[in-house]
Amino acid sequence: MQLFPCPFCGPRNEREFHYVAEPGKTRPDTTGDITAEDWAAYLYDTKNEKGPVREVWMHLTCRELFVMERDSVTMDVLGSKTLRRTLPAEGAA
Amino acid sequence: MSGRRLSQGGLIDRSRLLRFRFDGRDFTGHPGDTLASALLASGVRVMGRSFKYHRPRGLWGAWFDDPNAVFNVRLRGDELPNCPATTTALVDGMQARAVNAWPNAENDLKGGLDLFHRWLGAGFYYKTFMWPDWHLFEPSIRKMAGLGAVDGKAIDGYVADQLHDDCDLLVAGGGAAGLAAARAAAEAGYSVVLADDHPTLGGSLYQGDEPIEGEEPQAWVAAQVAAIRAAGGRILTSTTVFGLYDHGLAALAEDRGFARAPRLWRLRARRTLVATGAMDRPITFADNDRPGVMSLQGAAEFLGRYGVLAGQRIAVLSNNSHSAPIVARLRAAGAEVIEADPAEGAPRALGGKRLSGVQIGARKIDCDTLLVSGGLTPTVHLWRHAGGKLDWSAEKAAFVPGAGPDHMLAAGAANGTFDLDPALAEARAAALGTPHATGASGYRVRPLWPQPGSKGRQWIDFQHDVTLKDVELAARENYVSVEHLKRYTTLGMAADQGKTANMAGLAAMAAIQGRPIPEVGTTTFRPPFVPVPMELYHGTRRGQAVNPLKRLELEPQHRAAGAAMGEYGGWLRPAWYGPEDQSAITAEVQAARQAAGVFDGSPLGKIEVMGPDAAAFVNFIYYNTIATLEPGHIRYGFMLRENGLIFDDGVIARLAEDRFLISCSSSHVAGVEAMLESWRQDGNDPDRIFVHDTTQHWATITVTGPQARAIVAALDTGADPATLAHMTLTEGRFGDSPLRIARVSFTGDASFELSVPASRAADLWQAVLAAGTPLGARPIGLEAMSVLRAEKGFIMVGKDTDGETMPHDLGFDVPRRKKKAAFVGDRALQTEAANAADRRQLVGLRVADSGTVLPTGAHIVTGDGPQRSIGFVTSSYFSPTLDRPIALALLESGQQRIGDRVQLRHLGQSLSATVTAPCALDPEGERLNA
Ligand SMILES: [Zn+2]
Repeated sequence: MQLFPCPFCGPRNEREFHYVAEPGKTRPDTTGDITAEDWAAYLYDTKNEKGPVREVWMHLTCRELFVMERDSVTMDVLGSKTLRRTLPAEGAA
Repeated sequence: MSGRRLSQGGLIDRSRLLRFRFDGRDFTGHPGDTLASALLASGVRVMGRSFKYHRPRGLWGAWFDDPNAVFNVRLRGDELPNCPATTTALVDGMQARAVNAWPNAENDLKGGLDLFHRWLGAGFYYKTFMWPDWHLFEPSIRKMAGLGAVDGKAIDGYVADQLHDDCDLLVAGGGAAGLAAARAAAEAGYSVVLADDHPTLGGSLYQGDEPIEGEEPQAWVAAQVAAIRAAGGRILTSTTVFGLYDHGLAALAEDRGFARAPRLWRLRARRTLVATGAMDRPITFADNDRPGVMSLQGAAEFLGRYGVLAGQRIAVLSNNSHSAPIVARLRAAGAEVIEADPAEGAPRALGGKRLSGVQIGARKIDCDTLLVSGGLTPTVHLWRHAGGKLDWSAEKAAFVPGAGPDHMLAAGAANGTFDLDPALAEARAAALGTPHATGASGYRVRPLWPQPGSKGRQWIDFQHDVTLKDVELAARENYVSVEHLKRYTTLGMAADQGKTANMAGLAAMAAIQGRPIPEVGTTTFRPPFVPVPMELYHGTRRGQAVNPLKRLELEPQHRAAGAAMGEYGGWLRPAWYGPEDQSAITAEVQAARQAAGVFDGSPLGKIEVMGPDAAAFVNFIYYNTIATLEPGHIRYGFMLRENGLIFDDGVIARLAEDRFLISCSSSHVAGVEAMLESWRQDGNDPDRIFVHDTTQHWATITVTGPQARAIVAALDTGADPATLAHMTLTEGRFGDSPLRIARVSFTGDASFELSVPASRAADLWQAVLAAGTPLGARPIGLEAMSVLRAEKGFIMVGKDTDGETMPHDLGFDVPRRKKKAAFVGDRALQTEAANAADRRQLVGLRVADSGTVLPTGAHIVTGDGPQRSIGFVTSSYFSPTLDRPIALALLESGQQRIGDRVQLRHLGQSLSATVTAPCALDPEGERLNA
């Protein structure tokens, strides 16, 4: 059982969280033309990296999204930050 | 002769006698005994039959490493299967029986099976019983092999306590190293938990007679315990740390006595010290499974803890320096000990059920007991659970803890430090986090591994009856990876998880292939370290507590009205009202069509979306265009996933320019809210949109049918239902409470959804029924509502849609073609798959009026050639309104097939129907305004 640090609520049991998305993935502008390949890449291509990863998670009990850095091999949590103050500066999710 | 009890020594209480039975014979033992020690003390040698060959088996080890003595144990009417005799504390009145043996272990009728061993090797079952069907053979094979049977009786009050706790340092193992570490840490101010699986602390200290730091073992242990407690440390005895999980979580099972559920501790430890000791390895030689061949360490434990001498004339076969003090101890206890060196030649155990001696090369030793020690294997299971690596120590001929997570520590024999004083120093340093270099080891061992190609039947896994020949066969058939070897031969897969077998198995594979042992590697170590009952995980989470139902505010009113309550999407809701379902559902449908139905729609989602960007937001979330919706108006629509598949359907009302109310499906509220929040916070300005779930704040009563308008008009609401158009919403009052009146219809008749704050639900229910009953209204349940909506061809998401359904499959094609703004899933609706001509589309199915109701799930099949499923029935009822069966289905190219006759198959039955439009009742929608 992992402990995840919600930036708003502190460390909580992993069962209270849902994985949401990989940060840095931008939704294509669907009012223009998008190739099937680009759309498929947006839908299905994930980096699924080994080692340190950054992920967007939702803490279900407070409903806030945040960015968590963790190690996908050791399961160590390296830190977490609120989504809204983190991502716009870094180029949005 | 075999084992006997000494007149002194050990940790048992000789002043008291405990009586018990084993395989139909009476025995006695003492408090402090295990079933195994009491039987060994009574001279019993054969304590079980092997899993596959029914070979007679005696004790190998004295604790969790014994693979052989497995009993079904009954005590005062409670029976537990597969109890390891070595770890089951003796209780007065126990009745034990060896598993997999009949009538008893000593004289097992299936003992003759061993004669057929040539044909029963690894993979035998896979290869032999394939034709015609494994299932023909399975029942009799299961009876021949296996472990104990359950008696099928639940034990009263067998419920595991589950506790959550935390500490600075968890010490797993209460031997010398664990005690020293726990004391050092506790005295340094850390909060410490020390857990040990024995009832008495001290680990392997009782095996020899060396003093420890100048004291007798019992006195030293008592001094450490007192010091740990005085410093605030906690000690849990009879408690096994059976698993280490992520982020320092340790799972502990505390034994609370026979036939009582153990207690589960979920302990979050900032640091964990593995001080779990080491196990003696078997030596692989011919007939090494004979009763009387025991582990040297096991014999030392029986002597030290239980005052039992394993035999009288004892041969000792050892390759390491650890045996010397034990041999001295055995001699001092009165045994005649003959030491032999395995280097003298290939050993072979002699005799049958009774060991008569051992042949070592040309030398024959007569003995009643053969104690073997193939070297020490550190108990590294917990280290591996936590993700620690193992290093191969050639000097110690063992895997020892290598690199590990920062919070993990190992000390003592578990760390490969087998000498006492260095182990104590290492443990104290680990506990305090001080640097420490463990000096040279006094332990000497000569590598001694299985010899492939050598003669005789040589056991690798005693509990699963795997021999060296099976490993050789696996290697010949190319199951050379240890993970494949394990699964092909079942080596290490028994209840003991290969505690004595895994090292021998991988060493045998290394020898066969001529590879170094570390290159072959180990299989994965997984929790639990010892078997634990499923109840441990279960605890008090049973029945309703597993997944509590949501309860309606109006449940007492429904029950008073005779409702049959059922679970629908996590809610406990009225299925129908009355003692019998069919007549009740028919009456409810008829009342709703002829007068009015009153329906508790409270679980329907009520998620408000507010803020300056709310309109653009819901327009993006919905498949349908919502931006053009006027305040006070309602629209039906779909929410999709980005892959274009339907996520949910329902109506959305615009309460004001910047305020919307989403009525999602009752069972999808949490999912819809999470989806809304994800899009709100990730891709939008979250300060300009607010999402608020008010589902539980409001109770909703739906009045539907020709009399619905009159009933609502009779309530004093301040709103005039006659002027309320279909798909609009208004606000009124109910007494001094706010009231929302929404005109939407899931039945095809004029319907009004009346919502009040949940606390007013009972008053509204009463008022509606008071007004409606004289007009012929009656409460209707979920089942009647399902029929009413199916008559109209209205879908239920998840029932009439599946994981491939897109909105245009249901006939909702306009937004896909016309909507200009971006919306979730838009691009996915334009793919090749979305445009395929053979997509499954929603249709109705009509059978002959006199025909039977089609089974839900029946497949629609092609008529000619090999039959192929082209769709299936999703909803099917008898319609009281139309007085005939109705059905909805998803059918390939369904729209093109309207009017076609189709064949259906269901569980061998052939049926036929005509494809129709989904709507069977009032396709023009005249009833809505009737
Ligand atoms: Zn939170």
